[in-house]
Amino acid sequence: MGTINTVFEDCDILVVGGGMGGTGAAYEARYWGRDLKIVVAEKANIDRSGAVAQGLYAINCYMGMQWDENQPEDHVRYARNDLMGMVREDLAYDMARHVDSTVHKFDEWGLPFMKDEDTGRYLREGKWQIMIHGESYKPIVAEAARKSADKIYNRIMITHLLMDESKANRVGGAVGFNVRTGDFHVFRAKAVIIGAGGASHIFKPRSVGEGMGRTWYAPWSSASAYALPIQVGAKMTQMENRIVLCRFKDGYGPVGAYFLHLKTYTQNAYGDEYESKWYEQTKQLVGDYIDHHPTPTCLRNHAFIEEVKAGRGPIHMVTKEAFQDPHKETVGWENFLGMTVGQAVVWASQDIDPKYVNPELTTSEPYVMGSHATCSGAWASGPEDLSPDEYQWGYNRMMTVDGLFGAGDALGGTAHAFSSGSFTEGRLAAKAAVKYIRDLKNEQIKISEKQYQDLKTVVFKPMENYTVGRNEITGGTVSPSYLLPIQGLQRLEKIMDEYAGGISVNYMTNEPLLLRGLDLLATLQEDLDHIGAEDLHQLMRAWELKHRTIASECVVQHTLFRKETRWPGYYYRGDHMQLDDENWHALTLSRRDPESGEWEMEKAPVYHIVD
Amino acid sequence: MPTFVYMTRCDGCGHCVDICPSDIMHIDKTYRRAVNIEPNMCWECYSCVKACPQNAIDVRGYADFAPLGHSVRVRREEEKGTISWKIKFRDGREKDFVSPITTQPWGEKIPRLADLEVPDQEALESQLLCFEPDALNVEQGLPTIDKDKFKQGVYY
Repeated sequence: MGTINTVFEDCDILVVGGGMGGTGAAYEARYWGRDLKIVVAEKANIDRSGAVAQGLYAINCYMGMQWDENQPEDHVRYARNDLMGMVREDLAYDMARHVDSTVHKFDEWGLPFMKDEDTGRYLREGKWQIMIHGESYKPIVAEAARKSADKIYNRIMITHLLMDESKANRVGGAVGFNVRTGDFHVFRAKAVIIGAGGASHIFKPRSVGEGMGRTWYAPWSSASAYALPIQVGAKMTQMENRIVLCRFKDGYGPVGAYFLHLKTYTQNAYGDEYESKWYEQTKQLVGDYIDHHPTPTCLRNHAFIEEVKAGRGPIHMVTKEAFQDPHKETVGWENFLGMTVGQAVVWASQDIDPKYVNPELTTSEPYVMGSHATCSGAWASGPEDLSPDEYQWGYNRMMTVDGLFGAGDALGGTAHAFSSGSFTEGRLAAKAAVKYIRDLKNEQIKISEKQYQDLKTVVFKPMENYTVGRNEITGGTVSPSYLLPIQGLQRLEKIMDEYAGGISVNYMTNEPLLLRGLDLLATLQEDLDHIGAEDLHQLMRAWELKHRTIASECVVQHTLFRKETRWPGYYYRGDHMQLDDENWHALTLSRRDPESGEWEMEKAPVYHIVD
Repeated sequence: MPTFVYMTRCDGCGHCVDICPSDIMHIDKTYRRAVNIEPNMCWECYSCVKACPQNAIDVRGYADFAPLGHSVRVRREEEKGTISWKIKFRDGREKDFVSPITTQPWGEKIPRLADLEVPDQEALESQLLCFEPDALNVEQGLPTIDKDKFKQGVYY
């Protein structure tokens, strides 16, 4: 390890991950913390990083309070309904009351918004969504972060958080490595804001060859949002609440604009409407929840999955009618070009013109994230004026580790934040982090050399494993001493798929399966000590895999704990097929002891802050 | 639809290497040109395609499900503030689309917050974010809720 250069950076606020949450955090931190040193560490390049790298065609969270289109209360009702009652209403309300000011700034900065010709207002795609030409959404918000931060480090993969040695349970920074230079980076910081990504590629994707990269959520979303807090013992919430997406087949092109704006609709292979057929069966599982409007996302998935299981797939999106209108046809295509180019390529390659052919839909493999129709993430404090005591411990968006804040996918309980809400959460976390630092006054963070030197050895071990193991064999990819990152990833995906409710088992699991899954994950964890990285790129893949595996363990623990099927269509507990409000109208919390690796589970109450 | 690079067009400038969110565009040590080293971790986000000054990078749909003979080409022009797409189907049909990418000269309207007046302690203690309440565009200011109305348990 002696040859590896160590680079130190001492700062006040370290933002980990420069996606929508992280850029929002860097921006707001500068406003409140003029004299503070604000640093961003990003695994890729902030101009095109995170889930919004290729752009977006809609902003899915905008209240429109200025025109009284929606109020924050309405957002809370919508999010809790969609998540079958399980959200942190305080966090949802707080994001919603601020999100319009974020969106108005995006407009001012140059993001092109479509306007309603009659009213002059932002053009609504649906009740919550407004339509944009968002190809350059990410470069625009990146510029706001660049103008705010003291320093932005691109191409740094953060692997671990550092903990303050002068006070228990207080964060003190983070370490990682530069994926290009191989330098080891030590960031000593008074506050850390996690803006890293949720998790793709923890469940086996439908395409496992070259197409495995065409996941719904970006392949670079490697669960760092969860692994970093879990590793230092932060409490997590709702990690069982993985999401399954109904999307256009193979390209995973989004359906929102198609349903809401183009008014296309679904039918089975024989041209029949099918959702209503499953009403009674669904009602037996979830009771009155099936009568709520709009129908929760998971329950619509449920009807889709059941109809396909009944032998009447594939399900088609009926586009032929809408696409006769040239304006709608343009919107339909531009929607993909603006955010999921791959779907346009699939259709071009298969000669699917939705004007003449109704394209196939599918349900995706599960994903774990916290900003779409799902709310996995860290358990965080809410704002003083909105949160019940159980949800509030001093600083907005601070996790259960002092000085550790989160935004976007990192925070649990905050469904339907999307891009604008994630940026807003970054802003909220940053303002709170500035307050936290002000309150620290002259207290200093203590990080011993031993702490980061020990981590340095751990971080680069996969390269040593490879160097040593490679000498044993003549060549090829098969070694008795090490696993390559792709090999470990495929093992993880297979375990999660078969034991934790992936596509191969129609999203079904139960206690025996989950327990067996935990055994297999434990041996995978042991094997990951022997992962081999041939170069720095593979070292990044190795650490992405380690992050994904820790997050997966957390997902399985939560899935095991919640003994009901709360979200049919996302996953099923075969041993507890009913939704059970009597026992499980509660949020699930976990904590992994950093020393022992043991998990502790508990329930937290759900507070409804609006009628 | 992973990316690939045309040998005769690439000059090895590295713009794609600099921008790729997946870190899979690398410079080949023998040919000194860019190459996609890990097509199965390519999201088809087109960041590299848009960044290439030589138009040397293209995309061929994922072999798993995309038949050959198609193309989706793009030209992103920051000065003009537009992005143009040409879609070619396998059977030869074509479609063209042009969209705006910005309404302002690049970056000019994005403020340097360090230049603004320093907010006072009262503002820091409040629930307001920067430019609020003005940026909310509502007369009543930032909404809040009466804590006494909270309800626990199954309710709604």
